Amino acid sequence: MDSWRGNLRVFWTLFTPGTFWLLVFFLIPLAGLFQDSFSDKISITETAFTGTFANYVRAFDTVYLTIIWKSIWISAVATAFCLLLAYPIAFGICFAPARWKPLLLLLVILPFWINLLIRTYALIAVFRSQGYLNLVLGWIGLGPFEMLYNNGAVIMGLVYVYMPFMVLPLYATIERLDRSFLEASLDLGGSQVQTFFKVTLPLTMPGIITGIILVFIPCLGSFLTPDMLGGANAIMIGNVIERQFKAANDYPFGSALSFLLMYVTFGALALRAYFASRSKGVDV
Amino acid sequence: MAQTLKPGSGPLDYGSRTWLKLLFAAIFVALYAPIFTLIAFSFNTDKRGVIWRGFTLDNYVKAWNNDALQEALLNSLAIAFIATIIATIIGAMVALLLWRFRFPMKAAYEGVMALPIVIPEICMGVSLLLFFINTGMMEWSVGMPWPLNLSNIVIAHVAFCFPFVAVVVRSRLIGFNRQLEEASKDLGASEWQTFWNVIVPFMMPGLVAGALLAFTLSLDDFVITFFTSGPETVTFPVKVYSLVRRGVSPEINAASTVLIVITVVATVIAMKLQAPTKTGEG
Repeated sequence: MDSWRGNLRVFWTLFTPGTFWLLVFFLIPLAGLFQDSFSDKISITETAFTGTFANYVRAFDTVYLTIIWKSIWISAVATAFCLLLAYPIAFGICFAPARWKPLLLLLVILPFWINLLIRTYALIAVFRSQGYLNLVLGWIGLGPFEMLYNNGAVIMGLVYVYMPFMVLPLYATIERLDRSFLEASLDLGGSQVQTFFKVTLPLTMPGIITGIILVFIPCLGSFLTPDMLGGANAIMIGNVIERQFKAANDYPFGSALSFLLMYVTFGALALRAYFASRSKGVDV
Repeated sequence: MAQTLKPGSGPLDYGSRTWLKLLFAAIFVALYAPIFTLIAFSFNTDKRGVIWRGFTLDNYVKAWNNDALQEALLNSLAIAFIATIIATIIGAMVALLLWRFRFPMKAAYEGVMALPIVIPEICMGVSLLLFFINTGMMEWSVGMPWPLNLSNIVIAHVAFCFPFVAVVVRSRLIGFNRQLEEASKDLGASEWQTFWNVIVPFMMPGLVAGALLAFTLSLDDFVITFFTSGPETVTFPVKVYSLVRRGVSPEINAASTVLIVITVVATVIAMKLQAPTKTGEG
């Protein structure tokens, strides 16, 4: 690696475009949003910077606190379901015959590349009251059930959409797991269940934590899934933010909520960095 | 003894356990059934789209003749195309910078560079909305002829795509043998000639993979586009969003199927290029 002073012309040529774009079209807009979160709304379209904390205080109104709380528990439940489903998948891929692994991994990741909107739309078609699932249930004399436009639908949608984020880190840690530990545990008389809870699970904890954070963050900030599957009552924090910037036209309050969401995100990332540094001795 | 050592029943042969196979199958069915029914019913003759009545391509013809849908798809492809080119160039330069140079505050610089990847999409979307309104770019773009009226969206897409390109290209560059560069310079090639004839050919698989990633990210994006597009400009996901609010129709299925095919093909190519068997050579 060269020192930047070694070839200034090349350094600045490579440095400038990316830094410019990041500064002007990412950092400055964020700074603007931050400033706006301390502003007052003075007319329908105008805001003035006053340094007020009123927008943040308002975010802790019961109405919004309820929504924030609901966003957190919906995300937590969705993350838990993701973990419960993704762990066996990741485990199965790791212990599958070597020639099957790339294909199985591709099958898990592929839906992630399909448009989020289209995947959510596909879910609507399956679960709506005249949808395929109710049609099939109708044949055996059940239903029709109203499965959309409630919290359950949002959780199901989030699990469906973000599951690949959970499978990948789990796969990475289980793949690196030294199998002689499992053999040792079984040889020493541990049952499969004991081995799983006392050996496999603690050793794959770093992957579990990474997966939890990778799923929880986008769930908490999601807007499209609750918007399409949630109906009127199942709104999450992302929908409140969207409303401030579209229908309600209250940019300062929307900005404050956005920053609260970002603080939670950074908190989760810091937690992940903390666990990663602590577990360094254990994995690999 | 002989029985317990039979292949497929060892204590660690979890891959051959029936319950795991069944669970596997169930989860994959749940993962793919909605997508396959969506594709299948794009060929259905039934208007309501619930019961299979017969094979037809009418929905594709109708989607194709729907001017609004066509315009939206064209916009999306144009945005993805332009944003991919810019994001690939900028991303590759950032990758080269981080690969080649030591400089003060490098760790912090890398951290900030990764921010667009980790920050919630909706926060980035609303911050850009505010920025475009405050700088007057929102109004400016509305009056411009196509494709300049898409510039806000292109700018936003480049901003979240190029850090991803940088990550992909950089991971490719790590495998580069710097002696090749020295050999080239020893043999009298200039800095530029070395870059163009030695480094760029080596980077190529990373560049293509990064570009395809940027293309799919841009084509797929709904949230950021939703906030940064003016009232007049519509992209494909934004259009589908407004159609879905009015209900399910086989026409949307047809248009979605086209988009699924485009992204899946791009993704599979990108993954092939990134496969370890290919990166080992050179």
